[in-house]
Amino acid sequence: MRRLLAWLDDRSGLITWLRHALEHPVPPRTGWWYVFGSATFIAFVLQVVTGIALATAYVPSSGQAYDSLRFISEQALLGRFLRGMHYFGASAMVLLIGIHVSRTYWMAAYKFPRELSWLSGAVLLLLTLALAFTGQLLRWDQNAVWSVIVGAAQAGRMPIVGGELARFLLAGDTIGGATLSRFFAFHVFFIPALVFALVGLHLMLVLRHGISERPRDGEPVDPATYRDRYQEMLKREGVPFWPDAAWRDVVFGAATVATVALLAIVVGPPALGSPPDPSILEAYPRPDWYLLWYFAVLAMAPEHLESIIIILGPLVFGAFLLLVPVFNRGERSVRRRPWAALVVVFIWTTIAAFWYAGERAEWSPDFSAKPLPASVLGNATPEDMEGARLFHSKGCEYCHAIAGYGGKRGPDLTAVGGRMTHDQIVARITNGSPSMPAYTRILRPDEVQVLAEFLARRR
Amino acid sequence: MDPEPPATPPPPPPTPERRRFLSRLSIGLSAAIAAVMGVPVVGFLLSPLTRRTPRVWRPVGRVDGFKVGETVNVAFEDASPLPWAGVTARTAAWLRRDDESHFTAYSVHCTHLGCPVRWVADAGLFLCPCHGGVYYADGTVSAGPPPRALPQYPVRVNNGQVEIQTSPIPIA
Repeated sequence: MRRLLAWLDDRSGLITWLRHALEHPVPPRTGWWYVFGSATFIAFVLQVVTGIALATAYVPSSGQAYDSLRFISEQALLGRFLRGMHYFGASAMVLLIGIHVSRTYWMAAYKFPRELSWLSGAVLLLLTLALAFTGQLLRWDQNAVWSVIVGAAQAGRMPIVGGELARFLLAGDTIGGATLSRFFAFHVFFIPALVFALVGLHLMLVLRHGISERPRDGEPVDPATYRDRYQEMLKREGVPFWPDAAWRDVVFGAATVATVALLAIVVGPPALGSPPDPSILEAYPRPDWYLLWYFAVLAMAPEHLESIIIILGPLVFGAFLLLVPVFNRGERSVRRRPWAALVVVFIWTTIAAFWYAGERAEWSPDFSAKPLPASVLGNATPEDMEGARLFHSKGCEYCHAIAGYGGKRGPDLTAVGGRMTHDQIVARITNGSPSMPAYTRILRPDEVQVLAEFLARRR
Repeated sequence: MDPEPPATPPPPPPTPERRRFLSRLSIGLSAAIAAVMGVPVVGFLLSPLTRRTPRVWRPVGRVDGFKVGETVNVAFEDASPLPWAGVTARTAAWLRRDDESHFTAYSVHCTHLGCPVRWVADAGLFLCPCHGGVYYADGTVSAGPPPRALPQYPVRVNNGQVEIQTSPIPIA
């Protein structure tokens, strides 16, 4: 065995190289903040492995993908588990790369000489989001079809090339036979190939420059002296990567995979929605959780800023990622870079807040609103009964709630009679507002009166 | 065994000019190989941009199947669906019979971001489930984020059949 390994190493050099990679000295006391890059990589490997398995049964055809997904989920041995692994693996990869980028920025690990590590990582972040979006579409149900349309509509906002970009995404004028095959090819071949290449570069750079040491106040990065100081530090107190630092990566990676597997078993993959038939209009398209915050941004953006946000938002984010390593010298400690801490906290808080708003989606009309029950109306007069009927049938209740029944897009009207007079209510119903139709075109004057009287009695 | 003495003297090293020529030749050939492989692939991927789908009239039902004043959802097939498109070749419109011989067909796509609007008959409004866009019965915007009115599709009556002309998904 030993001779076989010696022969292999003599002919390939692989074992010597691996030993060099594993035993290369790393700074001491790196700690748990350094595990997120390797965990992202483990999540990516998990995605490749489960993705290959799923691809052996998935049919990337617009007409048949849905049925093949039902087969995988309901009949194939371990199919449900693998779909769950792939879904939660994707979730883990997005979350972990987000933490990894934040950690790198927080500790300014992108400074000299590691600028290229940052840039390759920035592209990997964008590719991960591209994988997440295209992967969500491969769950080719009604939601996926409408997500493609919504994505194309956003691309269509681009000046000049918008229309062409939208056609490129749809692979034609409409959703059809060509749409899914292209997303499949991008999701399983093109983007992963780029990820492999960039991960290779990213790891090569780690070996070339070493893991960044933990930042300390008053130790600014100076390109003239940094490399010598880093090497001296390694000579003085460096520890071998394996196992002194690697054990944390392995423990955290194992915990990541275990969590993903547990969620795949307990929660399972996202349910398949209705078939991908664009003529079924009972649809409520929304993205998976990792893009839900962006869905909320688009819902809540002021109208005049919306196109600007759709177009400039991604460009500004891309420019930010590109420009970060330009500031490649100076203090690394976050205590000397308070604005860096602000940026990280701001981005995470913003995403969390919009995610929460997207989860509630109060701007969406509640199409399932039921007529107000007798318990809400109490001892209702016939006029009240008629007002409540109009309140439901004319669509008021899709957006306004009374006693918890109805949508949340508009103000709650449970006690509207206490804050608006009858005349004010009539004016609002008749004239509407920027977010409410003017009902003068929909209701007869006597209906407006009945409805306004009903509402004025809500106290 | 002793190595044989070389029968012929080693060739002289290439001159700098020859080296320059050889490296330029190799780089040029490599670029040519890349172009031969890459250009058709890029062209293939971009082909949807040059392919123009024809517009065809699709029957959606007999004229007397629609009541005057009513707005209903009709489904029909795209212009030239690929054989494997399955249900994704289907598309829909909101069709209203205005009077004996006139119909109006509205796009089902909200002008905000393309989501499917629903006709709420009692209220006489089109409502979008995504971000709460609302349109009046004539397709004009009544509330919410949509920037424009609902587009209309060409519609005609032909031999007692109502026909809608297929159109691209209205974007931008």
